[in-house]
Amino acid sequence: MKEALSLVQRLSAHPDSRCWFVSWNPSGTLLASCGGDKAIRIWGQEGDSWICKSVLEDGHQRTVRKVAWSPCGNYLASASFDATTCIWKKKNDGFESLTVLEGHENEVKCVAWAPSGTLLATCSRDKSVWIWEVDEEDEYECVTVVNSHTQDVKHVVWHPTQELLASCSYDNNICLYKEEDDDWECRATLKGHTSTVWGLTFDRDGQRLASCSDDRTVKIWKEYPSESSQGDLPWKCVCTLSGYHGRTVYDVAWCRLTGALATACGDDTVRVFKEDETADPDQPVFSLAASMARAHNQDVNCVAWNPKEAGLLVSCSDDGDIAIWRFQEEE
Amino acid sequence: MEIVFSLASLTVAKVLQFSGLKRTTKMEEKALEVYDVIRSIRDPEKPNTLEELDVVTEKCVEVKQLSEDEFLIIIKFSPTVPHCSLATLIGLCLQVKLQRCLPFKHKLEIYISEGTHSTEEDINKQINDKERVAAAMENPNLREIVEQCVTEPDD
Repeated sequence: MKEALSLVQRLSAHPDSRCWFVSWNPSGTLLASCGGDKAIRIWGQEGDSWICKSVLEDGHQRTVRKVAWSPCGNYLASASFDATTCIWKKKNDGFESLTVLEGHENEVKCVAWAPSGTLLATCSRDKSVWIWEVDEEDEYECVTVVNSHTQDVKHVVWHPTQELLASCSYDNNICLYKEEDDDWECRATLKGHTSTVWGLTFDRDGQRLASCSDDRTVKIWKEYPSESSQGDLPWKCVCTLSGYHGRTVYDVAWCRLTGALATACGDDTVRVFKEDETADPDQPVFSLAASMARAHNQDVNCVAWNPKEAGLLVSCSDDGDIAIWRFQEEE
Repeated sequence: MEIVFSLASLTVAKVLQFSGLKRTTKMEEKALEVYDVIRSIRDPEKPNTLEELDVVTEKCVEVKQLSEDEFLIIIKFSPTVPHCSLATLIGLCLQVKLQRCLPFKHKLEIYISEGTHSTEEDINKQINDKERVAAAMENPNLREIVEQCVTEPDD
């Protein structure tokens, strides 16, 4: 087993609780984490060490499930089990609560900013995906509610360059949405996983999508723009990574700098996969480049690549810790 | 001749050590540890424990070794009534009590024993979705019910 992953630092981020999610800001200089203690923590570097810069408490009444940085890096959105999404604005060294988005009937599972910075997507156990528009005066308005899934929607992610949204669900499917006449609608349903799909990530150009599932596999989906079947967006599954993960795969992250794929798994392991450059693009081949067993003491919930520094990876776990790793290419 | 004999007995010892025999005892011990935690959970509706109602039995706990210090626990329980919400509630109680009380490192899978329920796949999926379980435990009403079922009288 190759071990090209080395630990940079471990942080006790949400003590006596679980850390559900961790995210780099767009410049790669800060980390935002959130967890079962209902708090959000911002982490920054002081010399070589990462330290807690601020704690955002009292924003939510229940678990904060995910956090997302705006493309400009000045805003943070947090999705909570209390059914609300909070928008925070950077102020001096901390953040202050700007507004609270309500509407979902129960737990909000995810929030994501579109690359344009003017759109926000949220999803919930109430099976819906909401799309919000934000104007120059920081006013938020819900423009569409889409009900394409038949069960909880676990995650939403925006395409890096197109106005395309992807969502995945407890119903085992992935939905892709596009705007049509000022309304967002589901334009494709990707079926293939045999259990809950927990995470999604687009590659750098957005031509491929990776999904991870409770069925212990990671699937790679590819867009075939030249083909069109009855107006459906033409995405097909071109690769399935199976036999690597011992339990549910909770998150998958595609590095936009190196193309490496990282996964967070319920077997406490962080894995990194690399693509074989010589393989047929319609039948990509990924091989395991690194595997850190016991990356955490419990389930790994999230992995994220630093957007500016190649090889820098962060993970977080049910054990409440955040771990920062360096992935080094083997010669 | 002597050397061959002692080598042979060494091999036999190693075979016994790694064979099903010794391992089974260890797994059985762990299973009993698990059962000891769950047997006294009270049924959400009746004034009896899950053991008294045969919802759980010693045999319903299976333990497999994942690594040197970590074990996979599989529990198959039989709810007394075919009510979906009750079965899910029992599953929740099992999750919560084991999370809190088991001293050794473990991964947990909880299922309704086959053939006891019409929507068992749905129930099994719910019980084993940790996000759903976490959210359920933040619901004050649900939490109260679960606490009453899992708290030991002398806690």
